[in-house]
Amino acid sequence: MRRPGLAVLCAACAFAAPPTVIRNATILTVTKGTIPNGSILIRDGKIAAVGTGIEAPAGATVIDASGQYVMPGIIDCHSHIAAESINEGSVSVSSMVGIEDVLNPESIEIYRALAGGVTTANILHGSANSIGGKCVVIKLRWGKDAKRLLFEGATPGIKFALGENPKRAGSPSPSPLLVGRPLRYPATRMGVEDVIREAFLEAKEYQALWREYRDKIARGENAIPPRRDLKLEPLVEVLEGKRFVHAHCYRADEILMLLNVADEFGFKIRTLQHALEGYKVAKEIAAHGAGASTFSDWWSYKMEAFDAIPYNAAIMMRKGVLVSLNSDSAELMRRLNTEAAKTMKYGGLSETEALSLITINPAKQLAIDSRVGSIEAGKDADLTIYDKHPLSNYAKVQKVLIDGEVYFDRDRALSEQLQKEAEKQRLLEKEKRQRPQAGARRPS
Amino acid sequence: MLMKLSIFAGFCAALALASEPSAIAIHNARVFTGDGAALDQATVVIREGLIEAVGRNVAAPPDAWVIEGAGLTVYPGLIDGLSTWGVQQNAPSGPAPHARGPEDRPWTTTWISAADLVQPSDRRIEQFRSAGFTSAVVFPTRGIFAGQGSVINLAGDKPGQMVVASRVGQYVSLMSGSFASFPGSLMGVIAYIRQLELDAEHYRLVKTAYEKNPRGMQRPEYDRALDGLLASPRLLLPANRAVEIKRMIAFGAELKQPFVLYGMVEAYRAASELKAAGIPVLVNLRWPERARDADPEQVESYRVLEARDKAPSSPAALANAGVRFAFYSGGIERPRDLMRAVKRAIDAGLPYDAAVRALTLSPAEIYGVSDRLGSIDKGKIANLIVVKGNLFEDGAEVKYIIVDGVKYEPVPEPPQPAPAERLPTGGEDR
Repeated sequence: MRRPGLAVLCAACAFAAPPTVIRNATILTVTKGTIPNGSILIRDGKIAAVGTGIEAPAGATVIDASGQYVMPGIIDCHSHIAAESINEGSVSVSSMVGIEDVLNPESIEIYRALAGGVTTANILHGSANSIGGKCVVIKLRWGKDAKRLLFEGATPGIKFALGENPKRAGSPSPSPLLVGRPLRYPATRMGVEDVIREAFLEAKEYQALWREYRDKIARGENAIPPRRDLKLEPLVEVLEGKRFVHAHCYRADEILMLLNVADEFGFKIRTLQHALEGYKVAKEIAAHGAGASTFSDWWSYKMEAFDAIPYNAAIMMRKGVLVSLNSDSAELMRRLNTEAAKTMKYGGLSETEALSLITINPAKQLAIDSRVGSIEAGKDADLTIYDKHPLSNYAKVQKVLIDGEVYFDRDRALSEQLQKEAEKQRLLEKEKRQRPQAGARRPS
Repeated sequence: MLMKLSIFAGFCAALALASEPSAIAIHNARVFTGDGAALDQATVVIREGLIEAVGRNVAAPPDAWVIEGAGLTVYPGLIDGLSTWGVQQNAPSGPAPHARGPEDRPWTTTWISAADLVQPSDRRIEQFRSAGFTSAVVFPTRGIFAGQGSVINLAGDKPGQMVVASRVGQYVSLMSGSFASFPGSLMGVIAYIRQLELDAEHYRLVKTAYEKNPRGMQRPEYDRALDGLLASPRLLLPANRAVEIKRMIAFGAELKQPFVLYGMVEAYRAASELKAAGIPVLVNLRWPERARDADPEQVESYRVLEARDKAPSSPAALANAGVRFAFYSGGIERPRDLMRAVKRAIDAGLPYDAAVRALTLSPAEIYGVSDRLGSIDKGKIANLIVVKGNLFEDGAEVKYIIVDGVKYEPVPEPPQPAPAERLPTGGEDR
């Protein structure tokens, strides 16, 4: 009962919050060029104005960014942070599970990614299954609860996976620990295709069942609703274009297979994740309208990654594919800016093109580009401030803003570190002094 | 025939012994009724297992055995809000069956009732009764849907006599199996619980329609897992960390059945959310501590250290926020340790009366049995204890325990069992 009241109250305080101005910065808008010595006016969490000669309104919070660079908050299209489980590996189709159910807003990985300039991430289920679980897009609003992490209005996703990972559980394992473990279909790439096709045939039947029921109700007939099936519901949403497919894949042949299956069933693959051989089938990917989210230069860590090349992102981009670079790692996630920079060396992308791989392009892939991904008036004030050009190895994140609110401040973080250490030490000392408590047994 | 007769006679003798005398009066004692202020110099009259009268101007009936209560306090019998005392756990038979999805109903025994697993010979019954516990809400605890809990009284020769209410809630855990068997992850368990709830709703719908008019309708498939779930008046969902508490509040709101959260280590950080959601909770008295065999080099997060430090302040936070909560024993083995655990909550700011309530009327209310248990009130089951000193203090002395109107005296606590591991473990004394 109180909740709505509180929400209204908070909205009201956000409204009343004074505007913020970032000034004297080099602004890398990504979509509208670079503005030297520019300012950004932030009001109510949104970018109100960008340019030169912006006056700070009375009472505004001023962030002086002299000599510094502001870019749009980084968007990682493939991450597994902040979730308390990643894989439901027991079944070939695990679409009944969802990351949203297990978000952990207190995961330190969020803060670390934030400190690396990331403001938005696509949190994916793992790649253990041909059809995996449901995914969510989050903003890294460190300190807020799970509900507030969710990117409001972002289209939900689902993970698919092709190749070695989903078929591994179908083959006997060489590990002595796993001897006798029940094998799970599929064991081959053919089987992966079959699982996806079977699942969508089932989903279409399920969709028809519900249509039939709704028709009956519309005609005024009496009918019992069909049983709700949490495994098939997300697949129906995929068929109806209400849920994006993010498909883990490596090889060119399996990429073509998936695009064909999707065409056959009349749905779209929103992004191909990894897609290390995407450069071989870039035209086909572009024709389907799929995006590709790849690594800068990871390869040869398994058989299906042997044909990867660091030119992959650039080649796909030149062939008309919407490309982004992702981390798939809580560690790499903290330096996606230098990942983007590599595409200038391998593939000759321009600075803006390189930056687009970690900003506006992933925003477009996730269909959140009207809100984030570039510095433009009207968009969310999700901004990362670096001391040097973000495509430099030497650049360090100074501040990160989400919805105009400072969520990471390097100076503050450093100054608070000692105090936090001391507090932790105090707790450790206290615990040592404490007598054993209930349930504890010690020799008397 | 003769043998039958003698058994019958023996049974009658036992009954006669148990119900003797016809009435008991505790005279001139301080009576902590459990609901409202304590009464000084009051009398409690017990007859036929029930409380006949309580008050300051109540006279002891002429046929009653009189317990002189001067200097003593009478409390409602304590209730363990989530327990396994006296319950033979449903043993897993062989390795876990391989489940390929929700349809295989993994780790689900919703139809089991703790009332059917009661073993009066469990030594914990007498042990904890001696410390002042007269009832426990006992559960089968193995599985995702482990089964129905029952309220039992902690005295009796036969299980049937002990049961106060046989179905008071379904014990749910978030256990997940291996990578190979569904559910193999936390999100898998959550999805499974959600699906089972949906299936139960659908089952009810179809069954009702079929019962109304079976002609021309395919009969619904019998499913004991769903029958068991539908027969559960509430679900018990686990939540310890603040993140889990908020997660389960949101998840529980999706479900059709009322629910109660148990665990509550970090309730000190989520009391206002619990209050806003109106969810009653069960607080585990086994406060978290550093694992005794923990690696001394292990660096723990600030959050974990803070939780160990502040967990005993959770009850105070809940009381301040106005959340209904009850305590549970959480597997603490020795009655004295259990009392000390309550004392820690009191030391951390919980008012004494609130601590007593969390072990008497609150659990009765949470499980919907406060019309018969939980306070010293006319007509309720005569479960009460007569104590010298303050409960939960080391010096407190439980003089008498009355369960179903039968008076028991405490048996001494058995000597502390020798620790299995005598080698120094490294972490504890540092």
